Amino acid sequence: MVNGKMLYVSASPHLRSTVTTRRIMLDVILALMPALIASAVLFGPRTLLVTAVSVSTAILSEYAARKLMKRSATIGDLSAIVTGLLVAFNLPATIPLWIAAVGSFFAIVVVKQFFGGIGQNFANPAIVARIVLLLSFGAQMTNWVAPFTWKTTPVTGATPLALLGTDEQLPSLLQLFLGEHGGCLGETCAAALLLGGLYLLLRRVISPIIPVSYIGTVAVLMLLKGHGDLHFVAYELLSGGLLLGAIFMATDYSTSPLNSKARLIFGIGCGLLTCVMRLFASMAEGVSFAILIMNLLVPFLERLTAPKPFGTPKKEKKEKKEAAKA
Amino acid sequence: MAEKKVSLGKEFTKGLIKENPVLRLVLGTCPTLAVSTSVVNALGMGVSAMIVLICSNIVISLLRKVIPSKVRIPVYIVVIASFVTIVQMLVKAFVPALDAALGVYLPLIVVNCIILGRAEAFAGKHSVIASAVDGVGMGVGFTLALCCMAAIREVIGAGTFLAGAQDLLVLFGDNVLNGFNGFTLIKEGSALSPMTVFILAPGGFFTFGLLMACANRIAERSGKPKAELKGCEACPMAGSCSIRADGGACEDGKEEASA
Repeated sequence: MVNGKMLYVSASPHLRSTVTTRRIMLDVILALMPALIASAVLFGPRTLLVTAVSVSTAILSEYAARKLMKRSATIGDLSAIVTGLLVAFNLPATIPLWIAAVGSFFAIVVVKQFFGGIGQNFANPAIVARIVLLLSFGAQMTNWVAPFTWKTTPVTGATPLALLGTDEQLPSLLQLFLGEHGGCLGETCAAALLLGGLYLLLRRVISPIIPVSYIGTVAVLMLLKGHGDLHFVAYELLSGGLLLGAIFMATDYSTSPLNSKARLIFGIGCGLLTCVMRLFASMAEGVSFAILIMNLLVPFLERLTAPKPFGTPKKEKKEKKEAAKA
Repeated sequence: MAEKKVSLGKEFTKGLIKENPVLRLVLGTCPTLAVSTSVVNALGMGVSAMIVLICSNIVISLLRKVIPSKVRIPVYIVVIASFVTIVQMLVKAFVPALDAALGVYLPLIVVNCIILGRAEAFAGKHSVIASAVDGVGMGVGFTLALCCMAAIREVIGAGTFLAGAQDLLVLFGDNVLNGFNGFTLIKEGSALSPMTVFILAPGGFFTFGLLMACANRIAERSGKPKAELKGCEACPMAGSCSIRADGGACEDGKEEASA
């Protein structure tokens, strides 16, 4: 007894960090809010409906899947909400609501829960959901609407990336930056995405390595492709899902590498694949496929770049060289 | 080789779930993934493979005392290839639509691991009747697994069920099903549209994994080990493995042991 208080003896840890999965996910949700508001302003209130359907399906499927598999409930960590938001951000505003629900269901049940739940998924659930929907419902997934028309029926066609290379009038860089062009819900407004990314960086939820190396690689390669044309580079960076992918999808904890060297390679690989697909493939966009492929390579990257434990001798490269000389 | 006492009922039922060639032994996955885009194709493929499997099992069992063990694999292949050629010609003659749909996968039954696997693991050392029953069980198991997969993939991926059923029965006349040619579950122009990805390869792999998990679950309940490759003991074919009988271990077992 000290000052009338009981002293408890317990096993470590005695101090716990306040960083929990729930706090991290809450930060990500907050960081996604500017883009959500921007999309509601640009494409009308239907975007909120699409997002609501997608998020609620994600939560329900997570709850039901855990219940059916007799595992502990994990909706409290808010990760299902993040997945639902990201799935919605990858859909056009005209999408039939049931497709949004199918996408969220696929992301949560097939990609996440079948592989063991949060932290165990082999690829980013939202990315896989986007690709599955794109392969399944190609027409509905590319029904873009013009901004500020707030119509649910598709009005104008192509996204800036698809317009590039045609003779049609391209939106100006400022319009691109503010998101005033056709595209998926969350990908158009670069300003809002950058704001969210900055928040995540300041809160130290994500490390800058992946976004910077990803976007940087795309910038360098596009500079080479455009023979030094800076306008073209800015255009490529601000259009399509590059910013959304680089800031929110490629940095997913369970599907990106742990150490900095592997993160650098991961980001550069994403950038390289995105450029290759944008420039040489038949589809206008390559961000989702690039991130998926790099997601699958993460275990190998980590094995390649495993850090040397402190105090252990250096690798046998020199010994091998000496052996070769002798 | 010593003849083992076998119960025919067991030899038949083991092929359905416990030792289902596709879902538990993980054999013949290539035709499974390629052909299971529609139920009619799956049925055609399953029945063709089953006929080859039964016939080759019978002939190999008959010849098991004549075939020198050093050249048994080439002999098995010759026997299997003969039956595949016969089946292929029959299909070409009587069900041309199926031949067109299956394409190269019909002649490729020759290298279907299920058939060679059963010849090696069973027909080579059991009596003719037991081998025939084993062939029927395995063939039915293969067809069932294919049809389950195809049903899921066709309904979700194309919005139809049994589409093209008429083509399969063209032998019995042009209108044997009274104009029935499969159900159309998702009509053209309705609010729903089929999820094409299930017809594509990724959907095939997802469905395959799902069904495998289900088969594992059912087999696990009846006390069989999971179809994980955990050395030779966990292998569902351990009981009839010729390499194990000699005290050795196959490649899979060695790899797992060293890992």
